[in-house]
Amino acid sequence: MHAFHEVLKSFFSPQSFRASLPDVWAGFQVNLKMMVVAELLVLALALGIAIVRGLPGRAAAPFRGLAIVYTDVFRGTPLILVAFLVGFGLPGLQLQGVSTRSNFFYGVLALTLVYTAYVTEVYRAGIESVHGSQRMAARSLGLSYFQALRYVVIPQAVRRVIPPLLNDFIGLQKDTALVTVIGVTEVAAQAQDFSNKQYNFTAYVVAAVFFIFLTIPLARFTDHLIAVREARERAQAV
Amino acid sequence: MSAFVELSAVTKRFGENVVLRSVDLAVGEHQVVCLIGASGSGKSTLLRCVNLLERIDEGTIVVDGEEVTNGKVDVNALRRKIGIVFQAFNLFPHMTVLQNVTLAPRKVSRLDRAQAEASARELLKRIGLLEKADEYPDRLSGGQQQRVAIARALAMHPKLMLLDEITSALDPQLVSEVLALVRSLIDDMGMTMIIATHEMSFAREIADKVCFLDAGVILEEGPPEQIFTAPEQERTRQFLARIIEAGRL
Repeated sequence: MHAFHEVLKSFFSPQSFRASLPDVWAGFQVNLKMMVVAELLVLALALGIAIVRGLPGRAAAPFRGLAIVYTDVFRGTPLILVAFLVGFGLPGLQLQGVSTRSNFFYGVLALTLVYTAYVTEVYRAGIESVHGSQRMAARSLGLSYFQALRYVVIPQAVRRVIPPLLNDFIGLQKDTALVTVIGVTEVAAQAQDFSNKQYNFTAYVVAAVFFIFLTIPLARFTDHLIAVREARERAQAV
Repeated sequence: MSAFVELSAVTKRFGENVVLRSVDLAVGEHQVVCLIGASGSGKSTLLRCVNLLERIDEGTIVVDGEEVTNGKVDVNALRRKIGIVFQAFNLFPHMTVLQNVTLAPRKVSRLDRAQAEASARELLKRIGLLEKADEYPDRLSGGQQQRVAIARALAMHPKLMLLDEITSALDPQLVSEVLALVRSLIDDMGMTMIIATHEMSFAREIADKVCFLDAGVILEEGPPEQIFTAPEQERTRQFLARIIEAGRL
C-alpha cells in the first residue's frame, strides 16, 4: 500500500499537476510550433528530393547520387546526434547567418534534416507505385516529363502515401521533445525544470498526456484513411 | 502521293530480343491499316515506335513529311499530332472524365479551362457519355472507359490515331460499342489510323490494308479480302485457321 501511495504522489500528484500545468503547456506550445514548421518544410523538401532521385538519364546522375547520399546519411544518423551537430556545431562555426540563430531554429533544422530523409523514401515508394502506363499515357498526349509527373504521377502517389506519411509525422511530433538537448525551452525542458525543483515527476506525466492527446487523433485518422482505401479497393475488385 | 506514315527498315530490340526486324510500312492519309498477328509478334511495339514511346534501333520513321527518328524532332509536338489508345485504357484514376479529356488541351495546347471544357463536353456528347463527365473512371464500365480514352486522344485533334488492341481487355458484350465509335471516326472524320487488333471481322470490314506480323516481320500485307480469303503465306494461313477454330472470324 505504501509503494502505491508513493507512486501516486510521485507521478500523479494533483498539486504538482496544477502547479506544473502552465509552464508545461507553455513548453508544449513550442513543440507545436516546431512540429508545424518542420512538417511543412519536410513535406516540400522531401518531395523535391524524391523527384530528383527519380530523374532519368545520365546527365542527372550526380544529382541522383547527392539525393541518395543525403537520405542515407540522415536516415542513418540518430536525431540526437544531428541535434548536437546542428545546435552546437553550427554556432561554433561563427558564420554570419548560420551561427547566430535561435535554438528553436536549430531544433527545427535538425528535425527537418532527419525527417526529410524518411519522408523522401515514403514519397519515392509512392511515385514508384504508380504504374508506368500512367506516365506513358500522359506522355503520349504530349505532356512533358515534368507535366506528367506533376499532373498524373505525383497526385496519385501522394494520395497513396498519406498513411505512412502521417506515421512519420507522429514520430516527428514526439521527437520534438528530443531537441531539448540543445537548449530549446520546450515541453521536456519545462517538465524537467519543474521536477528538479519539486522532487516530483508529475510534470513529465503532464507532458506525456499532451503528446498522447495529440497523437491519438492522428493515429485514428490514419487508420480511417487506410480503412477507406481498403474498402474502395475491395469494391473495385468485385 | 507520299505516305502520311512511312517506316523504312525499322528494327527494334529489347536487349537480345529482336521485336521488329527491318519493317517497312506505308500508311497514306485517311488510310486505315490493321496489324494482325499473334501476341508478341510486334504489333504494339510497332505502334509505340511511331509516336516515340519506344526508340528504334535502326531504320527511319517519317510522319507527316518529317523524319521523327533522327533525334532532332520535338517529341512532345509530334505526340500532339498522334493519338494513341491502349489496351488497358490508362485513364487517370484521380481525375474525372472531364478532367481526363481536358488535361492535355489545357496543359499542352494551353487552352483556357472554359474553352477546353466546352469542346470536351462536345466530344463526350458525341460519344454518348456527356452524363458521365463528372464521374471518376472507376465508376464506368470498361467499354465506357475505353470510349473516354478515345475521346481523350481526340481532344488533341490528332492527325493520326494508333489503336493498340483496344478491345482486348473488354468483356465481349462491351466490344461493339467501342468498335462502333472507331467506325464513326473513320466514316465521319476520315481519320488516318493504324490499328493493332485481334478483331478479325472488324479488321476485314474497316481496313484499307491488313498487315500480318509474325516474329517482328510483316510477313504479308494486302487488301483485307486478299489476306483473309487468299493468304499467300503458310504462316498467315495457320494463324487465320487458329482464329477461325477459336470462333473469332
